[in-house]
Amino acid sequence: MNILVCIKQVPDMESRFKVAASGTWFEESDLAWRINEYDEFAIEQAVQLKTEVSGADLTVLSIGPARVKEALKKALAMGCDRAVNLVDEAAHEKDSFQIASAIAAFAKEKNFDLIFTGMQSQDRGSGQVGVLVAEMLGIPALTTAVEFAYADNSVTVRRELEGGLRAAIKASTPALVSCQLGLNTPRYPTLPNIMKAKRKEMLEIPVADLLKEEARLTTLSLAYPEKKGSAQILEGDVADLVDQVIGILKEKTAVL
Amino acid sequence: MKALLVGEYREGKLLETTYELIGFAQQLKAEFELFLVASEDQLPQVEAKLYLADVNEAKEYNPALHKQLILEAAEKAGADTIVFIHSSNGWDLAPRVALALSAAQISEVVEIKEDGYLLPACNAKLRRTVKAATGKQVITLQAGAFMPAEQSGAPQVEKLSITATAQTEFLGYEQAEAGEVDLGKAEIIVSAGRGVGKPENVAMIEALAKALGGEYGASRPVVDAGWAPHDRQVGTTGQTVSPKLYVACGISGAIQHLAGMKKSEFVLAINTDKDAPIGEVADVLVVADIKQFAPALTAKLEG
Ligand SMILES: Cc1cc2nc3c(=O)[nH]c(=O)nc-3n(C[C@H](O)[C@H](O)[C@H](O)COP(=O)(O)OP(=O)(O)OC[C@H]3O[C@@H](n4cnc5c(N)ncnc54)[C@H](O)[C@@H]3O)c2cc1C
Repeated sequence: MNILVCIKQVPDMESRFKVAASGTWFEESDLAWRINEYDEFAIEQAVQLKTEVSGADLTVLSIGPARVKEALKKALAMGCDRAVNLVDEAAHEKDSFQIASAIAAFAKEKNFDLIFTGMQSQDRGSGQVGVLVAEMLGIPALTTAVEFAYADNSVTVRRELEGGLRAAIKASTPALVSCQLGLNTPRYPTLPNIMKAKRKEMLEIPVADLLKEEARLTTLSLAYPEKKGSAQILEGDVADLVDQVIGILKEKTAVL
Repeated sequence: MKALLVGEYREGKLLETTYELIGFAQQLKAEFELFLVASEDQLPQVEAKLYLADVNEAKEYNPALHKQLILEAAEKAGADTIVFIHSSNGWDLAPRVALALSAAQISEVVEIKEDGYLLPACNAKLRRTVKAATGKQVITLQAGAFMPAEQSGAPQVEKLSITATAQTEFLGYEQAEAGEVDLGKAEIIVSAGRGVGKPENVAMIEALAKALGGEYGASRPVVDAGWAPHDRQVGTTGQTVSPKLYVACGISGAIQHLAGMKKSEFVLAINTDKDAPIGEVADVLVVADIKQFAPALTAKLEG
């Protein structure tokens, strides 16, 4: 079985973001980067599947500049067999359609039986890439998976709907599964596996070799939200803060 | 602009979100028609053309078929803009329709701007304004971002005929089991977020909830990690609550969490990040480490 997992590297969401001079994206220096949370569930599911099925081969792919190799190395240490970096210094200028086009061009003749992606990225949250890749390859997309099972060339997924409802769906492979939070418990790479990962293959392909499509979406600007909230901000010594909060709760609520 | 609005229907019922689509089209002053997979006794109250696919044949979940039907309706309507709710239904279908139409997709719109559409970025810490570079566009709307339209009138129905296509098989729905606690009734809720750091610290939040005479709740990552049971989860995929006091401990304030608690009367947030989006709905934001603040507040309340 041939498995592909597609991941994105995103900034830590607790960062202080600064809008870049371009006015359309954020300043990338001074940010801590990590694997998109949703994609960690995708990697874990792919690794689990690989261990269940004998002779399976697992490729992890990420589009972006040199820094994304850190994310790929972590995925290798989690159990992927080889990594592919579609090298792109300006990945943040690409829209979901272009990102999906590049992935689909890479995957086209490789006969992947299963492709895993996160259901969305934490920075853009468009939720398009997985479904687009599947449509471009002409295979079923099973989205928002919170449970996954594979048997005899077919996948069964529980997709999460709103308000505690789930739908069980099934498709035959080849297929693509987009992973939702809580699908599994992503493992932490162990030290021996981190060492082993250093010897695994890391392929680099310039994105221009695969991507011929123009963007379909134009970003006009990126900005801070207009402050809607009027939260009173309290800072300082914990003991003082406790007293202030008790005072506020007594004054403004009927709970104390 | 001519819009086709893709309404939502589930388990035999029209979903209220359908009226948010209409509200959006009205706000844009766009001409619009609707598409729906539903039963005939569950149609929206609206004065507009409606393309209807019978749910008994088209089924509630069959994206390959629904895509075909939406494309057919879009063609008949002469629509250049197809609008969905950014929901489990919308984010599954919209990219399929966008690709088939060679159209840009604009995901999770929260506001209409003069020159484009406003979207959240980076857990709502930033906002991005975008526009389509293509002639046609597919839009998904953040649930709850647009005022639902008033319900009045009756649609002019045109039934679509169905030719079977399916890539996926629908096996059925499953409802999460009802838990022990009904947070919806609690007057005081203290919720633990990922910022509590480790499972043992959830007890700290429980203790604070007890000292305040309330229940404890949790954000999704805390539940997903097994630190708290699912019946404690607040948000779109958990419970919707409206207590007199909601205390958010180490919770960033993602839209899916806010959707479950923004109707609370008073919101107190404790977060090390002064810019955390929870500040948008909080009355008071205490910038502190929850591991120090929660035990100190509990001790003071008990003492
Ligand atoms: C379809 C869908 C449905 C979802 N449904 C839900 C839902 O029902 N409920 C839900 O909650 N989420 C839901 N989510 C997930 C949601 O998008 C967020 O990922 C989640 O709410 C984040 O939880 P959090 O705030 O606890 O964690 P994070 O976003 O990681 O935030 C942690 C916060 O803790 C702060 N912090 C860190 N350390 C400390 C400290 N020592 N003291 C104080 N503060 C600290 C940080 O500054 C940060 O703001 C859903 C997502 C999707 C895509």
